[in-house]
Amino acid sequence: MNFDKELDARGLNCPLPILRTKKTLNDLTSGQVLKVIATDPGSVKDFAAFAKQTGNELLSSAEAGSEYTFFIKKK
Amino acid sequence: MDDQKKLAIIATKGTLDWAYPPFILASTAAALGYETQIFFTFYGLQMLRKDLSGLKVSPLGNPGMPMKMPFGPKWFKDINWNIPNAVQSIVPFYENVATSLMKMTIANNGVATIPELRELCQEAEVKFIACQMTVELFGFEHNDFIDGVEYGGAATFFEFAGESDICLFI
Repeated sequence: MNFDKELDARGLNCPLPILRTKKTLNDLTSGQVLKVIATDPGSVKDFAAFAKQTGNELLSSAEAGSEYTFFIKKK
Repeated sequence: MDDQKKLAIIATKGTLDWAYPPFILASTAAALGYETQIFFTFYGLQMLRKDLSGLKVSPLGNPGMPMKMPFGPKWFKDINWNIPNAVQSIVPFYENVATSLMKMTIANNGVATIPELRELCQEAEVKFIACQMTVELFGFEHNDFIDGVEYGGAATFFEFAGESDICLFI
């Protein structure tokens, strides 16, 4: 999937992946896509909840081994 | 934005472990678009001090706190050091040791530090209000606290809390 920016949130625990994501999204313009890689197992539910509440679209949420990859389209 | 959700928190505890919930919830709420305010009163004032080294954790009288070592081989880390209260209470600097170990565990787990979370709250424009009455009661001065703190009383708290969607006492 194409993306405009990537955020490496590996090794970070709640709530840092969400806070960094929010901060990074601030630098993007509407419609741009952010890729986030995380290792926090709680982030799967958290990113879905973040997208639902902020209106940014969670394009995909995937798990590979102990890593989670999210693609988020800025509102 | 009139339809912006609001979160009001009262933070009353002054230990390292209890400094987490208010700052985690406030910073996350801000990231979700909430207008957020924390009212710090009694021991919660410790979280606003410029010097946060006074925030400690005490396993004494806290049966819910696992005491595990943050270093060494796995079998060693898995041991829960169930030390009786009577012993803990007479060992000098027991809290300091427990706090150092806790800080190592926090770092090992990629959990943010309290100074970091507090800064993230400030960056996200979470409003910090210190209870003026308890500031005086405990002999603090405004100079003991970080910049950007507002000082007020119970009525100040209700001004925002009365309009809030979520209100928490921690």
